[in-house]
Amino acid sequence: MTLTNFLSEKKTVILNRWYDSILNTYPSETAKFLKGQKNPFLNPVGATTYQGIEKLYEYLVQDAEKDKVSLYLDSIIRIRAVQDFTPSQSIRFIMSLKAVIKNELKEEIETHRLHAELFAVELKIDDFSLLAFDIYMKCREKLYQLKVNELQGWTYRRLQKADEVYKKECVYEDIHNELIEFERKEVAK
Amino acid sequence: MAKTPKPDELSKIDYAPPQSAWMDTPAELKEGNWCYGAKPKNLETLHFPNPREWRVQDEDWKLPENWQEIILKGMKDLLDKYRSFRVFMDICVRCGACADKCHFFIGSGDPKNMPVLRAELLRSVYRGNFTKAGKILGKLAGARELTYSVLKEWWYYFFQCTECRRCSVFCPYGIDTAEITMMGRELLNLLGLNTDWISGPAANCYMKGNHLGLEPHTIVGNLEYMLDDIETVTGIKITPTFNRKGAEILFVTPSGDLFADPGTYTCMGYLMLFHELGLDYTWSTYASEGGNFGFFTSNELAKRLNSKIYAEAKRLGVKWILGGECGHMWRVLNQYMDTWNGPADFLQVPKSPITGTVFENAKSTKMVHIAEFTADLIKNGKLKLDKSRNDNLKVTFHDSCNTSRGMGIFEEPRYIINNTCNHFYEMDELTTREKTFCCGSGSGLNAGENMEIRMRGGLPRANAVKDVVDKYGVNMVANICAIDRAVLTASLDYWVPGTGVTGVHELVANALIMKGEQPRTTNLRGMPLPGTEGQE
Repeated sequence: MTLTNFLSEKKTVILNRWYDSILNTYPSETAKFLKGQKNPFLNPVGATTYQGIEKLYEYLVQDAEKDKVSLYLDSIIRIRAVQDFTPSQSIRFIMSLKAVIKNELKEEIETHRLHAELFAVELKIDDFSLLAFDIYMKCREKLYQLKVNELQGWTYRRLQKADEVYKKECVYEDIHNELIEFERKEVAK
Repeated sequence: MAKTPKPDELSKIDYAPPQSAWMDTPAELKEGNWCYGAKPKNLETLHFPNPREWRVQDEDWKLPENWQEIILKGMKDLLDKYRSFRVFMDICVRCGACADKCHFFIGSGDPKNMPVLRAELLRSVYRGNFTKAGKILGKLAGARELTYSVLKEWWYYFFQCTECRRCSVFCPYGIDTAEITMMGRELLNLLGLNTDWISGPAANCYMKGNHLGLEPHTIVGNLEYMLDDIETVTGIKITPTFNRKGAEILFVTPSGDLFADPGTYTCMGYLMLFHELGLDYTWSTYASEGGNFGFFTSNELAKRLNSKIYAEAKRLGVKWILGGECGHMWRVLNQYMDTWNGPADFLQVPKSPITGTVFENAKSTKMVHIAEFTADLIKNGKLKLDKSRNDNLKVTFHDSCNTSRGMGIFEEPRYIINNTCNHFYEMDELTTREKTFCCGSGSGLNAGENMEIRMRGGLPRANAVKDVVDKYGVNMVANICAIDRAVLTASLDYWVPGTGVTGVHELVANALIMKGEQPRTTNLRGMPLPGTEGQE
């Protein structure tokens, strides 16, 4: 028997333990809700998280949908990146899979001497973590970009007006250039 | 964002959330979840108490010494004035039906975002000070003292409620949690504790007639930009009138439509529709705001800001008022305006000059929602529409909280969309109509500094959008609310990138075949119309 066989056999148990460990990062009342409400429209956090870890697990065991790994990680981390978590808390759920696997398959690993295989699986989990870091940063940068976008949206008409006031033709490809030009005029004044 | 731990602290982090009861878990005011405090100049403009420089992150919020007395007296006044408030304080049995209905709870996982618990923040102080059981039994009866920490908790969480009233739909007692939030904010305002994102626009509106502080020439100027764009697209020069006495209809819309995309495209839609109809209407540069940020502050301020609409209608001598696409504006107009500033007996019951339809539903307020007006036009065959011009769009409709739960507008916008677009797809029924999820940034929470809480609150709605994007390839979310147009743009950009946001009247304008128009090659956004790509 290989570790992959055991991981497949115990998929449901391991996934549920992993899911529980993620739910435990939320307050107990919230964890109850996240676990209890099965409708994905009424519980997007729970549904997205469970679906995401299930797909990650399938990749871990069967190399299934390799190209979609970052997509599933993204779906979970995108949520955690705006919740009340520190960066490490946001992505730590990936590392907790290591502990779950070791606990659930302790005997099997010892009996069948599966340490080498386990090491390979753990390396894959480490890769998830690194990818998660990239995704987390992308999410946070997106948040700041959204703030900038809104600010630019609000100032666009004002800049248009400013151009008129200065009675100069001012045709630029995008708003960034308009902003720079506007500041130059202010300085020149 | 939470504080970043140092490397040596990293291994010592306790990931388990606190297990203490909610009352014993003081709120930690985290950046990203709150808006900046109200600036003194805005509070002064509005004649609100305690104008001073203060920062949310500071320990000292510079409150008057007798702040507890002020709050408790304020609470007594509100309890005496509003029977509903007293009933809502007493009647809740904490059944939990509302607990998981709030978009903020669903998105954040913070139990204090459960509507029942948010209301308990206020109820606990009510019990401790206004009920015998609470006074005698204290914590055993769910009572607590009003401390500085409790006050900060109020401020934090009453500005994490968008007053959307989804929870109220599910409450067996009909408790309107939005009203509890409104009372909470009203009390906080007694101490000068508002957000500047609310008090700033409210002060602008009080001085200049609209939230953005646009002065008359700017309003005209902004509309002129739109008129130029309309001429480019259609070849038709439109010349609307401003502050014209004797017009039949006064048109009032949220000022957001005048200012930022994609609201401006909706505004162009109004201009084109009214021109095509030859409607005898006028804009006002004084009653230039349909929205009402006073509504997120206090009943008195909401009334004050609203009064300009009837006053201007009277000054101009119009027969009735037509209102643009907005959310909370309509809750105010439909449910409060008549009581506050009516009766508008100098106006006539609105009657469409094009179809002759009498809007009996607006018999009292004399103000008609543009979705009702346009749906009636289409129903009576008064508009020539080419749906294929919107064939590049796969549209879904987001019911705005206030127009759906506040006045039951469900069918009209859908009817308009179905008559202007060939591809319309509904989101899951658990997330539409009276059960609609809030955009996540209503009731004055659409600032920039609280982007994290906005994204949390926007998740349930965006999640339902994602479903129709995945299933049907939806690429546009239509709505009839200016705040939706402003904030869904950000929320969808985060959760479902590539999905656009539009007002319903932008769709109307694109499909509208106008008399004397040039062959159209682009829509209002300057994008090629389907079938004309690559043409000059």
